[in-house]
Amino acid sequence: MLKLHYNLEKVSMGLVGAIIAVASVGGLVEIAPLFTIEQTVVIPDDMRPHTPLELAGREIYIREGCYACHSQMVRSLADEVDRYGPYSLSSESAYDHPMLWGSKRTGPDLARLGGKYSDDWHVAHLMDPRAVIPVSIMPAYPWLTRSLDTDLIAENLATLARLGVPYDEAMIDNAMADARAQSQPEADGADGLRDRYGDDITVRAFDGDPSRLTEMDALVAYLQSLGTLTDAAHEMFAEDKP
Amino acid sequence: MTMTATLTSTERRIGFAISAALAVLGLTMAAVAKSGPMAVHGAMALVLGVALVFHLGGALYDHPEPSNRRHAEYYDAPTRFGIVMTLIWAVVGMGVGVWLAALMYWPEATPLWPGTSYGRLRPVHTSGVIFGFGGNALIATSFYVLQRTSRARLADAVSPWFVLIGFNLFCAWAATGYLMGQTQSKEYAEPEWYADLWLVVVWVTYFVLYIRTLARRAEPHIYVANWYYMAFILVVAMLHIVNNLALPVTWGSGESFTIWSGVQDAMIQWWYGHNAVAFFLTAGFLGMLYYFLPVRAQRPIWSYRLSILSFWGIVFFYMWAGSHHLHYTALPYWVQTLGMTFSIMLLVPSWASAGNAIATLNGAWHKVRDDAVLRFMFVAAVFYGLSTFEGSFLAIRPVNALSHYTDWTVGHVHSGTLGWVAMIVFGAIYSMVPKLWGRDDMAWPKAVEWHFWLAITGTLIYVVSLWNAGITQGLMWRAYDEGGALSYSFIESVEAMLPYYAARTLGGALFLAGAVLCALNCGATMRAAGDQVDEADRPLYTQPAE
Repeated sequence: MLKLHYNLEKVSMGLVGAIIAVASVGGLVEIAPLFTIEQTVVIPDDMRPHTPLELAGREIYIREGCYACHSQMVRSLADEVDRYGPYSLSSESAYDHPMLWGSKRTGPDLARLGGKYSDDWHVAHLMDPRAVIPVSIMPAYPWLTRSLDTDLIAENLATLARLGVPYDEAMIDNAMADARAQSQPEADGADGLRDRYGDDITVRAFDGDPSRLTEMDALVAYLQSLGTLTDAAHEMFAEDKP
Repeated sequence: MTMTATLTSTERRIGFAISAALAVLGLTMAAVAKSGPMAVHGAMALVLGVALVFHLGGALYDHPEPSNRRHAEYYDAPTRFGIVMTLIWAVVGMGVGVWLAALMYWPEATPLWPGTSYGRLRPVHTSGVIFGFGGNALIATSFYVLQRTSRARLADAVSPWFVLIGFNLFCAWAATGYLMGQTQSKEYAEPEWYADLWLVVVWVTYFVLYIRTLARRAEPHIYVANWYYMAFILVVAMLHIVNNLALPVTWGSGESFTIWSGVQDAMIQWWYGHNAVAFFLTAGFLGMLYYFLPVRAQRPIWSYRLSILSFWGIVFFYMWAGSHHLHYTALPYWVQTLGMTFSIMLLVPSWASAGNAIATLNGAWHKVRDDAVLRFMFVAAVFYGLSTFEGSFLAIRPVNALSHYTDWTVGHVHSGTLGWVAMIVFGAIYSMVPKLWGRDDMAWPKAVEWHFWLAITGTLIYVVSLWNAGITQGLMWRAYDEGGALSYSFIESVEAMLPYYAARTLGGALFLAGAVLCALNCGATMRAAGDQVDEADRPLYTQPAE
């Protein structure tokens, strides 16, 4: 072996080839089967993709780096299930490009946040966290009251559709109208939105003002959707209970 | 910058053409994007390209050529530039880190302006120190070590500049992009698709330069430091390309969606993330250790066999370890188990390297006592051993149940990056700077000693406070009272962190003060450059003029 290496050290391209070969094994063995073993991700029947407004909110969540302090992955540990809710399933982030599981909890996990607090609470909290929770160390995001930039809203859906997220043509064509409709409960568009994304989605003036579509509308819509795209985790949890 | 003086007129023309191409690329990017971060980045490339066009264009005619004697010398001008960039990024990246640490204690200090928000500054810190500080140090030292261990001059004079300037453009795009809210959100791989593509071009050039120079070596054997630098270049390319595969939303938007999703994306991200630790933050720095420590101690590496064992162990085992970032998640159990197993096995090659470095110092312990520069390298090897032990320990599933998501992980990372990576970089810088600026010693030799004690005190305060923080957090999250209810709300665990966050800010500030002192000391040394030449420090064969 030593003799072999003694000779390998004299051939630079030999070393290059050996490094690439040896370094490739781990990734191939661990990653490739995740795409072929069917049980890795089982998409539940009731699973829906994010609405255009929620997706825009997700882009804001990413833009502001929320993932650096908040995870979206409840681990299968008793205290996490007691604190946050049913542990996360792989299917719940199957449409997430990229996933936002996170790696640090400076703040709490958000995987089961949807429906836990009111819209007003979220708005007040994002405007000034310490107005709601006096010892919070979260920064304030007062600039979220500005208008939502919707230039790429249809292109975002179209791009995700090309990557396999089930957005059909009607969803892409109506993306802009659907985004507005979700924050205007009194307007006509809500029915079409429900037709496309299901009756369970929330249609509300998230920031309290239906006349203007803001970044706050989008982000709160996204936060309220977390953990609500499918009931699979809750159903499995109910079955597990004796 | 002494770039132009070291280039022949042909090389200046090539550089001129590349700079003009960069300016055109920048203009095209800005024109296609029209507004937003990509347009700003196009403008940055345009300004850089135009500046280089003027710089090189002004010296195309009637300027003296470098003398033919250059073929009997190493080409160190790019390394000098790389060291300056390393120091600038050290101060920027660590400075932002200390500011962020302070914000966690004192969040009201956040200016109400989007660009300075914690979430946008955090990747400026991580990219600034990993890529800006670490990356420039790796490239600068790799050129230095490659030439000396091969006894050959770099294969050409233009591509080292392309690699360094191109890499720093990538770093500047990354940092400014985050401030404007542009990020892919993949940790340590945040820059968008066009910056990623640009880095591929830079990296291929780097690899070609490395292989061409190795081909000129006067020694039949490739020295172990170069194995590590090669593993760093090759595997980082592999990781970078796979993890960053993305579909742009439109060509002009500078936004994209990664092609991976959900659980597969998580696995690929942490396969990348953990091996960014392995091949960006370990392999190249081991190359540095394997050259600068034996040279400074004037002792040969203790064991050649151990070097082989640890090198291949690191290249093989590390690539399996990423899934330990995903214990108890929706990642299939078998992948978690593989990740844990290989993380534990990884301790063998890691300690083989650390032990080999420390055993090399046998017979030179009096030098470790007297020479702060060698002491930096010794402490780096010790922290390398400590943090790899801690890493294997934290990868064990039940331990990870407690530590994951807490500040223990952050403390672990900093024990590696402050105690090991930054210490070996400072050791290498203090070894190279006097030599490259023609002097016997640094301008302020005493300041090196001060820096050493600031760095080690800062690291210890930082790491110990975050151990306490993380373990406290983990225990509070899982504590139940007698009635079977959780004992603490989440916000109570946040409140419990405040004293530790204050202490870690102090530790970080001490470390930063040391880095600033190093930058000032290097600046003073560069301004007082001498003309000493080490006659033995030159290529073995003189390369023919091109």
